[in-house]
Amino acid sequence: MPDLHLDGRPLCVAPGTTVAAALALGGDGSSRTSISGQRRAPLCGMGICQECRVSIDGVRRLACQTLCQDGMQVETQA
Amino acid sequence: MKPTRVADVIVIGAGIIGAACARELARCGQQVLVIDAGLHSATAAGMGHLLVLDDNQAELDISRYSLRRWRELGPQLPDDCAYRSNGTLWLAANEQELAAAEAKSINLRGEGIRCEMIPGHSLQEMEPILRDGLHGALRLPDDGILYAPNTARWMLDNPRIRQRRARVTELDGNRVRLDSGEWLSSEAVVLANGIQAVDLCPELPIAPKKGHLLITDRYPHPVTHTITELSYLTSVHNSSGASVACNIQPRPTGQLFIGTSRQFDTLDPEVEGWLLARMLKHAASYAPGLAKLNGIRAWAGFRAATPDGMPLIGEHPAQPGLWLAVGHEGLGVTTAPATADLLAALLFNEAEPIPAAAYAPGRYLGEPTHA
Repeated sequence: MPDLHLDGRPLCVAPGTTVAAALALGGDGSSRTSISGQRRAPLCGMGICQECRVSIDGVRRLACQTLCQDGMQVETQA
Repeated sequence: MKPTRVADVIVIGAGIIGAACARELARCGQQVLVIDAGLHSATAAGMGHLLVLDDNQAELDISRYSLRRWRELGPQLPDDCAYRSNGTLWLAANEQELAAAEAKSINLRGEGIRCEMIPGHSLQEMEPILRDGLHGALRLPDDGILYAPNTARWMLDNPRIRQRRARVTELDGNRVRLDSGEWLSSEAVVLANGIQAVDLCPELPIAPKKGHLLITDRYPHPVTHTITELSYLTSVHNSSGASVACNIQPRPTGQLFIGTSRQFDTLDPEVEGWLLARMLKHAASYAPGLAKLNGIRAWAGFRAATPDGMPLIGEHPAQPGLWLAVGHEGLGVTTAPATADLLAALLFNEAEPIPAAAYAPGRYLGEPTHA
C-alpha cells in the first residue's frame, strides 16, 4: 500500500492508484491553481488535456499518467 | 445582381493586419465592415514578437516605424494583450555570427536604434537558461511582445467598425461576393486575409510557409528577453526544405514559447512530430534547461510569404478599388501599424509615413491597367 503525502498530509492508497485518483481520495480533487486563481482538476484521464499537471517530488507531471508510489510528495498549491 | 453598399470600406480578414487597417480607417472617419471566415490564421498561430529587422532598408523602415507605433499604443492596450517591451537577444554561437552581430549593431546604431553587444561571459548572468560557450549576443532593448489575437479584437472594438462572419468567394474591384451569393460593395475593399488571399486573387505571389510552435507549462523561470539565434537571419531566407531555428519567448504567465520551424510546399495543418522534435532539440542546444520543462500544447500555422519577403501594400494595379495588405510572412504582428498607416495614406492620397515603393503590388503585378 503506497504511503504518500498530499499537500503535506499523509495518505495511504491501494496499489495501482493513479495520482489523479489520490487527489480525489485525499484532497479537493484538484491538481493545481490556474493563473486566474481557479482550482483545476483532471479532465480527460488519458494524458492529453494537460489539466491535471501537478508537482510530484518537485517535478511537474500529469496526475492521470502517474501511479502513486511510496514516499511521493504531491503538491497542488505549488 | 445589384450589390448592396454596406460601408465606406470593406476589410477582408480580421487578423492583426485587417484589424489594424480597419482601426486606422475608422480613425479617418470611415465606416468599416470587416468580414472574416473564421479560419485558423497566422495571427492566432504566431508568437507575437515585436522586433526591428534591418536586412534591407524596406524591412528596417516598416519594422522601425511599427515598433514606434506599438510603443505609443502600448499604454492603451488592455492587460490581456500582454504587451511588454522585454527586448530581443540575438545569440552568436561562433565568431562568424559574432562578427555579423557587431556589423548589425553598427548599422542599427547608425539608424538611431538602441542596441548593445553583450559579451559571451555575461550572457548567463543575463539569461541563466543559456548554455556555456556562446560567443556573445546583440541586445535590442526596445523590441517587445504582444498577444496578437486579443490585440486584434481590441482594435476591432470601435463604433465605426462592424464585423461579419462570412466567407468571401469572389472579388471584383470594390465589390465582394459572399458564400451566400450576396454581392456587397463599398468605396474600397482591403484584402488582408493572409495565405487565403490567393484563393481570391490567384495572381498574387504568396506562398505558405508552415511553422511550428510549442508552449510550456508555467514555471518560475527567469527568462526575460525573447531569445533568438543569429543564424535565424540566414535560415529564414531559405526557399526550400525544412529548417529550424532557436526562438524562446517568455510569456507574462510564466510560460515559454519555443520555436521555430519553416517548411515550404505543404498545407498540412497537423503538427509533424519529427520536425517538432528537431525544433525542440535545437532550442535545447542553446538553452539546455528547456529539456526539463513540460510542453502543454504544440501547433502549426502558415506564414504568407512573398518572394522578396516584403508585404504587398497598395492598390491592385489591375483592379481599381481593391487594396492589398497581405504577404507579411512572419512579421505581420510587428508590421501591422505601418501597414495600416501606409494603406490609409495611399487610399486617401496623403503623405506616406514610410516610402511605399518597396511594398507596391506593382513590383509583381505590373503597372496599373486603368487611367
